[in-house]
Amino acid sequence: MTVLGLTGDEAVAHAAKQSKVDIVAAYPITPQTIIVERFSKYVANGEVPTGYVCVESEHSALSACIGASLTGARVFTATSSQGLALMHEMMYIASGLRCPIVMGVANRALSAPINIHGDHSDMMGSRDCGWIQIYVENAQEAYDWTIQAFKIAENKEVQLPVSVNLDGFIITHCMEGVDTVDDNVVAKFLQTRTPLFKLDPEKPITVGALCFTDYYFEFKRQQVEALTHVRPVLNKVAKEYEGVSGRSYGVLDAYGMDDAEAAVLCLGSTAGTAREVARKLRAQGKKVGVVKMWLYRPFPIDEVRAALKNVKALAVFDKAISFGAQYGAVCSDVVAALHTAEKRPRIFNVIFGLGGRDIKPSDIEFVFNEALETARSGVVKQETMYLGVRE
Amino acid sequence: MTAEKKPGWKFLLLGAVVDEPGSSQEYKTGDWRAFRPFVIKEKCVNCLICWIYCPDSAIVRQEKWVDVDYDYCKGCGICAKECPKQAISMGDEPK
Repeated sequence: MTVLGLTGDEAVAHAAKQSKVDIVAAYPITPQTIIVERFSKYVANGEVPTGYVCVESEHSALSACIGASLTGARVFTATSSQGLALMHEMMYIASGLRCPIVMGVANRALSAPINIHGDHSDMMGSRDCGWIQIYVENAQEAYDWTIQAFKIAENKEVQLPVSVNLDGFIITHCMEGVDTVDDNVVAKFLQTRTPLFKLDPEKPITVGALCFTDYYFEFKRQQVEALTHVRPVLNKVAKEYEGVSGRSYGVLDAYGMDDAEAAVLCLGSTAGTAREVARKLRAQGKKVGVVKMWLYRPFPIDEVRAALKNVKALAVFDKAISFGAQYGAVCSDVVAALHTAEKRPRIFNVIFGLGGRDIKPSDIEFVFNEALETARSGVVKQETMYLGVRE
Repeated sequence: MTAEKKPGWKFLLLGAVVDEPGSSQEYKTGDWRAFRPFVIKEKCVNCLICWIYCPDSAIVRQEKWVDVDYDYCKGCGICAKECPKQAISMGDEPK
């Protein structure tokens, strides 16, 4: 194990390198650029045997990845924002053709107006594309989850693409000490990919055949089933990864939730700030907690219900707007998951951080105090709060 | 074939993979047809222009005229349009 000074992007590139990917096809876009820049350097220096396909767009990047993945190759790509939006069409094809591609997504706002900073609008716009979606808190998690993502994606019960989401700039461009696993340990952990089927001139198959009213539905049902296998597979992979890395992962992380009366639920880098604020408030005797979701798709209903079963008030953080809907996407999912639960907290939604607007500890403390007030009164003052916007 | 007789999702290969090459002939596309070509044998001079133009290879060569393979003919009407002798007419597909 070696501690390296890496930005989130560099950590993802390093993990992809150690994962011995056969093919990378990618197109640079801020704030993902360093991932592909770094990886193309590995290729140019002969440090990896990977084939690097230079493409003219993100649509082509994912198309090339799909073709490569169907030959049985281990495939990696990365994108962000407008690039992810351009991939949108191919994302459904990647999941529909059951390609276990791993993609780093440096989360960034969508135009217009144009903005290069971090929020979750990009991935939330492709929320229903059938990909497994993981959100990381820092560069260490970006590294760890990229390696684990290959093992989850390629599991024969899963066979689905995974996006590893890291907040633009906050994670992608900030340098941290990242505890890396040795090359040979990663190689042993991942093994080489064993595809269920592959394009092979010796044994021809057809992929992407036409399926009309009489067959299409059945293949979508298969995808639903594969997603139900993700949680047990992820937990098994995480357990095994803990054995080689000493770091423990799972579907979600619950802090202070055993006795919390008020809590926040969030994805990504915000969780670190929220936990720090919670630690301070708990030292003052306030019973608060934080639920950080690593896995967002498939939505871990049982784990979310279990984590929230004792809390009285919950603030759900959404770093993207679902225009015209009652709540942001995460809050809608949480409310839906708790709808049939016997005990459920009072919930309100916090929309924040759009276009990379900073979220400060004082902002989160304000939300905790609102949630504590809701826990006391049982009344939600404001169903959706736009935190940090100028009135 | 009715929907009930086709295999359920648990019995289909993942991702709609077809693992048997050359099996597309088993898919009879003739049931897409709304209009049916009829060959008027008396007018047909066996020039085979229809045979060349048919996008589904559904024109069957006979010694003195052509027939239509209704298992695969989608009823596009190109044969009737291109026939120089108006020997193919398009009619409604029988219900």
